[in-house]
Amino acid sequence: MTVAVRQRPDWTPYYFLLPAILITAAVVLFPVAQTIWLSLFNYVIYDPDGSQFVGFGNFAAVFRDEVFWISLRHSVVWIVGVVGLQFLLGLIAALILNESFWWRGLARALVVIPWALPSVIIGLMWTWMYDFNVGVINDALLRLGVISAPIAWLARPDTALGAIMLGLVWQGFPFFAVTILAGLQTVPAELYEAAEIDGATRWKRFTNVTLPAIGDVIATALLLRTIWVANSLDVILVMTGGGPGYATYTLPLYAFQRAYSGMEFGYGAALALVLTALLLAVVWLYVKRASRELER
Amino acid sequence: MRGRSASARLFQIELPALLIVLFALAPYVWMILTSIKPQAELAEWPVRYWPRAATLDHYRELLSRTSFAGNLLNSLIIACGAALVGLAVSIPAGYAFSRFRFRGRRPLMTGFLVINMFPIVLLIIPLFVLMRRFGLIDTYLGVVIGHSTFSIPFAIWMLTSYFSTIPKDLDEAATIDGASRYEAIRHVILPLVAPGVVTAGIYIFITSWNEYLFAMMLSGQNVRTVTVALQLFIGEFTIQWGLLTAGGVLIAIPVTILFLFVQRRLVGGLTAGAVKS
Repeated sequence: MTVAVRQRPDWTPYYFLLPAILITAAVVLFPVAQTIWLSLFNYVIYDPDGSQFVGFGNFAAVFRDEVFWISLRHSVVWIVGVVGLQFLLGLIAALILNESFWWRGLARALVVIPWALPSVIIGLMWTWMYDFNVGVINDALLRLGVISAPIAWLARPDTALGAIMLGLVWQGFPFFAVTILAGLQTVPAELYEAAEIDGATRWKRFTNVTLPAIGDVIATALLLRTIWVANSLDVILVMTGGGPGYATYTLPLYAFQRAYSGMEFGYGAALALVLTALLLAVVWLYVKRASRELER
Repeated sequence: MRGRSASARLFQIELPALLIVLFALAPYVWMILTSIKPQAELAEWPVRYWPRAATLDHYRELLSRTSFAGNLLNSLIIACGAALVGLAVSIPAGYAFSRFRFRGRRPLMTGFLVINMFPIVLLIIPLFVLMRRFGLIDTYLGVVIGHSTFSIPFAIWMLTSYFSTIPKDLDEAATIDGASRYEAIRHVILPLVAPGVVTAGIYIFITSWNEYLFAMMLSGQNVRTVTVALQLFIGEFTIQWGLLTAGGVLIAIPVTILFLFVQRRLVGGLTAGAVKS
């Protein structure tokens, strides 16, 4: 009987996948297709019947839009700064937590905690710490003599973006720490021993043994994180909503503000699509790496 | 590696490790300390670090005078719902991807991966319009469906890799013994992937509990979740940081505990194969 079944194409995997495909098509693909379609209209949510087909008009408007360029510039600073610092801090943390000391298990467990927290709480706790009047950061910096008067971190255009970025660096560095640590644990100890016998210094051992061995892990983690950080807008939304002025506008935030607060959905859709297009190269690289898994 | 002297260890390893742990914990600890300080101490300048007279007043006020207790219940229902729906759909899908080689497997798997990379702004507003058309705005089901946009693709990848850690010989052995495919799945494979299923379920629970944007768009008064409620409180009670941080602590504690519980198994799934664990 099995022989007879094997000769026809086996539909079982498709049945198993059907619910997942149907739901995903309904709640992801269909809305995304709608976004693409609506980006061609000057669609305003409170007046859907008055929408007109404008072709690529929205996209042309995006590139003439000063706020788009401001948001794009902030997005670049945001991605490079946040991902770069998260990575650096995570790498250092991983290297230290890979050494053996008696409370290592506890340290490894505690370091991941920021990663577990929701963005709203990240926003809340950092807004509170940055408070102008009674915030602990101003207090500590004054006590240390770093600043001579309290600073309104989130209200000043020159400090607001950096201040939010620090909050996100804090939330995200454990991801790198944990991932890189897992990579470090796969490096065979013999490699280090051999390098040591050859007289390699600690720095040499790091650059010639450790880095090549965990390069793959680092690349994947960097790509994944870049996509997440580039898309994330909720911490900014909670902490400043984009202000003061446009000082903390990034691309996803701007798209969201135009579509949600401004109700100009066609224009917001065009902004979201431009963001997606800009991210496509990163997504492609990540997918290429991740799909090596498929062959196993 | 050769052992280092005790003092070198202390300065090169333990001290930096302590600094990193302190950095990771400081904002969290500060939130807890704030939530148990009386209002008068919160307004002191220079800042008073350790509470003189710790109090649970903020918690009492939060739970008795605001809607927060109800919001906690909403979040619990939605996060459990998201985990159940996500698992129900992803377990068969993960099994199919791991056990069958069929036409379309690769593009489908890649598709589920790419979907997770879409900016949320790309789909949130049409999703809102869609939900409104079906009358699902401000219902548990509506928010659960919203959260399945990210939980299903992720859970599928995670479960596929868990299923793949179980040798196929086991399926074959079971079918040779006369079990049907479904019996083999139920009695042999599922018990073995149970830890992976629990991890995926907990991970969906955490992301759903923590989620803000979908919950804000799709919920109203009836099913408002804690993250949305807290954000509204920030606007409403700006000066009352005791109350706000008490809310923050109540939201943070359950996910912190769950996260510590699953974090080790999570890493492999998150990086999708880059780390062999």
